[in-house]
Amino acid sequence: MNAKRYLRLLGVQLKASGLLALQYRADFLAEGLTSLAWTFTALAPLFVVFGARPSIEGWTFQESLLVVGWFTLLQGVLEGAISPSLTGMVEHIRKGTLDFVLLKPADAQFLVSTQRFLPWRAVNVLSGVGLFVYAFVSLGRWPSLPGVFASLVLLGTSMLILYSMWILVVSAAFFVVKVDNLTYLFTSIFDAARWPSSVFRGSLAWVFTFIIPLALMTTFPALALLGRLPWTWLVGAVVGSVAFAAVARWVWLMSIRHYTSASS
Amino acid sequence: MSLRTALKALPTMLRIGFSEAVAYRAEMIIWVLATTMPLIMLALWSAVARGGPVGRFGQAEFTGYFLAAFCVRQMTSSWVAWLVSYEVKQGTLAMRLLRPISPLLAYATEVLAGIPLRVAIVLPVLGISLWVAGAERAVPTSLGGWGLFALGITGAWLITFYLNVLLGTLSLFLESSQKLMEVYMVLFFVCSGYMFPVEFFPPGVRTVMEWLPFRYQMGLPVELMTGAHSAKDAWALLGAQWTWVLGLGVVSLTVWRRGLARFAAFGG
Repeated sequence: MNAKRYLRLLGVQLKASGLLALQYRADFLAEGLTSLAWTFTALAPLFVVFGARPSIEGWTFQESLLVVGWFTLLQGVLEGAISPSLTGMVEHIRKGTLDFVLLKPADAQFLVSTQRFLPWRAVNVLSGVGLFVYAFVSLGRWPSLPGVFASLVLLGTSMLILYSMWILVVSAAFFVVKVDNLTYLFTSIFDAARWPSSVFRGSLAWVFTFIIPLALMTTFPALALLGRLPWTWLVGAVVGSVAFAAVARWVWLMSIRHYTSASS
Repeated sequence: MSLRTALKALPTMLRIGFSEAVAYRAEMIIWVLATTMPLIMLALWSAVARGGPVGRFGQAEFTGYFLAAFCVRQMTSSWVAWLVSYEVKQGTLAMRLLRPISPLLAYATEVLAGIPLRVAIVLPVLGISLWVAGAERAVPTSLGGWGLFALGITGAWLITFYLNVLLGTLSLFLESSQKLMEVYMVLFFVCSGYMFPVEFFPPGVRTVMEWLPFRYQMGLPVELMTGAHSAKDAWALLGAQWTWVLGLGVVSLTVWRRGLARFAAFGG
């Protein structure tokens, strides 16, 4: 019964966001344009880089296109579903209106993470899929069924990690109130995920695999589509992301407990 | 407002701005960390250059270029567009307008006052660049070169500032210029030489880039810093840059005045 209630709640929140998005019609066009423009930015350096070399660190142009595809898709998820709500959460903390959310008879984390969606960002998801199709057409083959399945599993784990990282950033908002630049920081770090992770060497490689698991979010699914991802990595990704999410949830609960409202 | 009042208030405003920058230093560190794109691009292009140089760029040249890009971004960054549109939305711009000094001057000093702190961040990066890439790829090696660079980075700062004013002021005409700022950022990233040197564009596209203001915000000062141009080419490019400075100055100030007339209509 609980799950059903939360699903209904999600439906209500989605509808509200949809109506809100329709309110600013001029923004719609601009939003679509930015989505497309971002896809283009993701591609422009790729063309330039591969104009200089046929392959970089074992990745050809078409294969890197898959990484960019996943990057674009996840960016759509991030900007359309995750960050608007959590930016709203930061506002709540600053204005002291979070108390109203905490008083509501539903899980606070659920409420703050579903309060706002930007439906127009779905353009990003579509252009990500478009990139996959284009990449595979020019590769002259299609991904194997297990490969597609593995990449879908990894899509789930990437979203989980992305969301958990975001929750961690927002939990930090309880301690350092001005966090809108923290979210900006996160977005700019996520930018590095548009490149195959083998490009990064040394300490950067270590950070992007273990501390901020960018490799897991875009490079792994691309490898899976290419049928080059070892099964052990897939298992590792699932276990790792679930552990990561558990840590994020724990940190969130701790932060909520430490939260003293604006008035007290 | 007379010029004399403004000049008299300037040192105080700079001092206040500097104190503010120091007070919010943690915030500034985060902003700096958020502009690490050149370092990521450096990692990427180093991977490309491992197989041999690209054009005139080998590993050392890329290091010099992208570390210079990092430094230039720190020195020329401006958040005035965001500030103006925020203050318009909140209505606090009215309070600024009550003061006997142009808000634009106040914004400009606020940005300028942060520069000493940013220099403190830039210096170690510059040190690394000198050490890794060598002096001739990290900084101008002659006095004349430093002069050209100073001119170039001043022009870059002004173009960025004016573009910011323009974008911010447009929020007085549109309900929100937030989206417009995003489009601007996208164009800036691709066209300015921030993600890769402008010379990597194919010739046709490059001509377009030379006509757009973006490359004069980033690419030109970086190239001047790393000594990519002969004095003659440098002067020609600086001429184009300062034409943009003047043009954007006139346009943004005009739009600002028109916008303010509209702003008064909100409250009155």
